[in-house]
Amino acid sequence: MMKLNWSDVTPHRMFLDRRKFMATSVAGLALAGRAGAQSPGTMTGAPSPLSTDQTPNTFEEITNYNNFYEFGTGKEDPARNAHTLTTDPWSVEIGGMVERPGSYGVEDLAPDNALEERIYRLRCVEAWSMVIPWIGVPLAGVLAKVGVQPGAQYVEFETLVRPEEMVGQQRAILDWPYREGLRLDEAMNPLTILATGLYDQPMPNQNGAPIRLVVPWKYGFKSIKSIVRITLTERQPVNTWKQLQASEYGFYANVNPQVDHPRWSQATHRVIGAGLFGGREETQMFNGYGEQVASMYAGMDLSVDY
Amino acid sequence: MRRSLNDALRRLPVWAVWLGGALPFALILWDIFTGGLGVDPVAEIEHRLGRTALYFLAAGLAVTPLLRLTGITLMRFRRALGVLCFAYAALHVLTWVVMDMGLLWGQMGRDILKRPYLLFGMGAFLLLLPLAVTSNNLSLRRMGGAGWRRMHKLVYVAAPLAALHWLWTIRVNEITPIFWVVAILALLALRLVIRRPLAWARPKRA
Repeated sequence: MMKLNWSDVTPHRMFLDRRKFMATSVAGLALAGRAGAQSPGTMTGAPSPLSTDQTPNTFEEITNYNNFYEFGTGKEDPARNAHTLTTDPWSVEIGGMVERPGSYGVEDLAPDNALEERIYRLRCVEAWSMVIPWIGVPLAGVLAKVGVQPGAQYVEFETLVRPEEMVGQQRAILDWPYREGLRLDEAMNPLTILATGLYDQPMPNQNGAPIRLVVPWKYGFKSIKSIVRITLTERQPVNTWKQLQASEYGFYANVNPQVDHPRWSQATHRVIGAGLFGGREETQMFNGYGEQVASMYAGMDLSVDY
Repeated sequence: MRRSLNDALRRLPVWAVWLGGALPFALILWDIFTGGLGVDPVAEIEHRLGRTALYFLAAGLAVTPLLRLTGITLMRFRRALGVLCFAYAALHVLTWVVMDMGLLWGQMGRDILKRPYLLFGMGAFLLLLPLAVTSNNLSLRRMGGAGWRRMHKLVYVAAPLAALHWLWTIRVNEITPIFWVVAILALLALRLVIRRPLAWARPKRA
């Protein structure tokens, strides 16, 4: 109870105030060791109007409550097991229908001067939520850099397979590698980012180091972690959870309070960090990002394309 | 060996089982006040209570097979095991209603009817309820031994339902809930397979 949280180190208001924030970051660094951060070193991103003004969860909450089955199925397994992952060197193979295919380093895709801070709501398909201050770059910019060929309609993503470093992969609980996909317009949406940091830290391993996707209007599982391959295709890619159980997980996975998971309601969710008697919050359509994304699904029946 | 063990067990007061049975609850309280429940304390409390209920359920079901197989008798403690099971199940349900679902009765009602795992869980709980209520000597006398015993066979239905309730919540194959489904089915099967005490009970000398 007496442990310092990252919200204590960096209060939200101060966090938004760039100059004051820089002044406090020295103290933040000094505390980084105590908070268990693996590679202290500050990261900053330009504030974005797309950020929510809701208070983010603490660094401790965000890094100790993860679904990352490559490191175990329990929420606390990734924090315990992900330290074994080598994230440097790292390269992302970008291929398929692109003009400049090749192997890109994290620095090429998300250079320091392009980083933005995006404070987003995250809604898990398991009916819980958090608010997370990501640091990253819009995926649209990355795709523009590699040049999308006309005719490409989908973007496919793959996570690393390295069972010797990822203990969860030593069992065939999912069909490794973990795969995800977006329609091209979803990938180009300004909300969609590739994130390389969290609060003022490089992305912790358990959160998908060194580079991961964040798609805030979709259930969390769409936001694939530790990306090693991005492929532009004509065909809708297979995504791991749909492949495992298509009746429960679809390709779109848009947050939708009207369409239940077959085993539980999606109408409400629990807010992580709300305490023992925090109760439930009503889930918003598209996780509250409808204004920016609803038009992409005009005319679609989202109970069929769930 | 068996005799000395049974002698020792005879000297163990039943309240010691009650005390031991309260330990998991005390640990949860301890963790609530020391912040040892992790990032999602609600789920942790709810799941720990549920798991503990199932462990006591299995322990209660193990008493008869253990006696028939080995001659070790825990019969004196069975009522405590059963009532402890129900107490944890009731706290588990209460946690779900208040902390997890935040008293959203409408959503809870719809969820129970629609979701097999909730239906199994609630079914198991409702089956255990009359057993807990009648776990006293007065009820036993009023109902008569035969009737009381017949009613308490409801646990044979409740136990697999409770284990399935856990199994139905998982998303990928996980070993622990599968183990408990198998364990409970095995404990029930043992009652059918071994209908009488084994050789140990027969008089050794004529």
